[in-house]
Amino acid sequence: MSRKNIKHIFLFLIILIVALLWITPVIWSFVASLRPLSEPMGRGDVWFGHRLSLGSYIKAFSLAPFGRYYLNTLILVTMVLSVQLVTVTLAAFAFAHYKFKGQRLIFTYILLQMMIPTTALLVPNFSTIRILGIYDTILAIGIPYFGSAFGVFLLRQAFLSIPRALVDAGVMDGCSWWQLVRHIYVPSAIPTFTAFAISSISWHWNEFLWPLIITKSDTARPLTAGLVRFTQLGEIGAQWSLLSAATMLVIFPLLIAFLLFQRKFIQGFLHSGLK
Amino acid sequence: MKQKKYLPYVLILPTFIFVTVFTVWPTFLSLYKSFFKQRLNIARFREPVFYGIKNYTQLFQNPEFINVLKNTLIYVLGTVPLTVLAAFIFAQMLNNKFKGIGYFRLAFFHPSIIPMVSAATIWMFFLTPDYGLFNSALTFLGYSGPQNWTANPNLALFAVMIIAFWKNAGYYMIFYLAGLQNLPTNIYEAARLDGAGYLRTTFAITLPLLKRSTLFISTIAFISAFQTIDHIFVLTKGGPSGRSTVLLYYLWQTRFENLNIGKASTITVILIVTLLAFTLSNIMLSEKKEPNNE
Repeated sequence: MSRKNIKHIFLFLIILIVALLWITPVIWSFVASLRPLSEPMGRGDVWFGHRLSLGSYIKAFSLAPFGRYYLNTLILVTMVLSVQLVTVTLAAFAFAHYKFKGQRLIFTYILLQMMIPTTALLVPNFSTIRILGIYDTILAIGIPYFGSAFGVFLLRQAFLSIPRALVDAGVMDGCSWWQLVRHIYVPSAIPTFTAFAISSISWHWNEFLWPLIITKSDTARPLTAGLVRFTQLGEIGAQWSLLSAATMLVIFPLLIAFLLFQRKFIQGFLHSGLK
Repeated sequence: MKQKKYLPYVLILPTFIFVTVFTVWPTFLSLYKSFFKQRLNIARFREPVFYGIKNYTQLFQNPEFINVLKNTLIYVLGTVPLTVLAAFIFAQMLNNKFKGIGYFRLAFFHPSIIPMVSAATIWMFFLTPDYGLFNSALTFLGYSGPQNWTANPNLALFAVMIIAFWKNAGYYMIFYLAGLQNLPTNIYEAARLDGAGYLRTTFAITLPLLKRSTLFISTIAFISAFQTIDHIFVLTKGGPSGRSTVLLYYLWQTRFENLNIGKASTITVILIVTLLAFTLSNIMLSEKKEPNNE
């Protein structure tokens, strides 16, 4: 009995140490962000300065249009998700509800998007965006993702698992296709929608390379691309608290959302894993 | 249902168009352009000139590209298996019931929530020579090697690999946790009665039962390893002297720094073929191994 206890305490200590190691980088950056600008992090400094200060945050805001970046990111994730919800629902409903010629072939064709990640296609997509004349806009960042094979796949699965009797009852009642979608299919698949929404939002909130390439002005840049401005400040100690503050500004919203809706988030991420 | 035969096609049309314009068309466009020489910064090559397969032969004879392939291989093979292993170990550790387990899950999982680019800026600070906490801790433990992780030719690639490891282990962990929680408990009961130890139980029961999870996690880990270069972009810029340049970063450089369209299209094709080969073989593997599922 006591041997078992020792084993448990030992295991607990190991987990504790690894977990502490894991959170150190973020915590340390957070600590540095609250140091006064007059007390730059230097040799021997590991903790807060003599007082807590929001100076770095204020300076970060004055050096880059963070308000604009937040707005751009919000517009981006909202726009992508809204369009996706429409395209994905319609396509998933068609695949789940109807039988039609070429169904398998078209489905496979759409799934190509899951096998060839959009990131790999940044060179040709860049020229497409140029041709469309939307370079340096938020629309350009989002448009390649307006159709989502992943979403279609996920929702089709969810729609297929709805009891057939329920759908048939709807058809008997003379529901139009739109009423079927609205009153039977969509309400039965809400958890899947939530999961998809979470994975879509966090993916587009976090994306960096494509937004950086396809925009050049602050009027279109999201938070991630805006953050790069702070990495070129050089490695002078004085700038660390500034870089840290800028970083915190980028990660806070999602971290807080995660803390509030932990279970939903994890469910969302798990779904992005299909099974 | 029969009066509107065209309806399903209409419903699929928007998705179909977006997939065509931003996935299928650019794939063929890259393939097509990979047979042309086109360089925007050289006047006589501004317009594409047919070049046969020379883009391919030149790339594979170019030591710079061979070096990129080598780095990519090291990066992928160095991060994917270790990250997946760590994810499994974390999941095993957290699959116990004790107070505060949620906090531990949070500790391992939080890097998955933050963007890779901010993970990179956090580590940029963390890895600072001299007073960065990473180096201070290593020095405390007796390390006396070079401290300039991102600028040292022998350490730069390793440094970005550490960050990918830190960021992804907790993400893959949740898939294992979900898998572990679905395992039948009676098998473990039986194993315990038979006197099987922890290691034996893990290798004989847990791992085989989680094969599907492992296969799936490896696939997404592999794909993400090929398409994430945000940290390289911020921390090393592929350097020093190309020592941390991986395939996607090289693609970006070729297109946006050297303005070489023909070569960039060729690299795109190579990247796509690599990803497809892996994904397809993995799909076939998972279909074959499991004749008895859904």
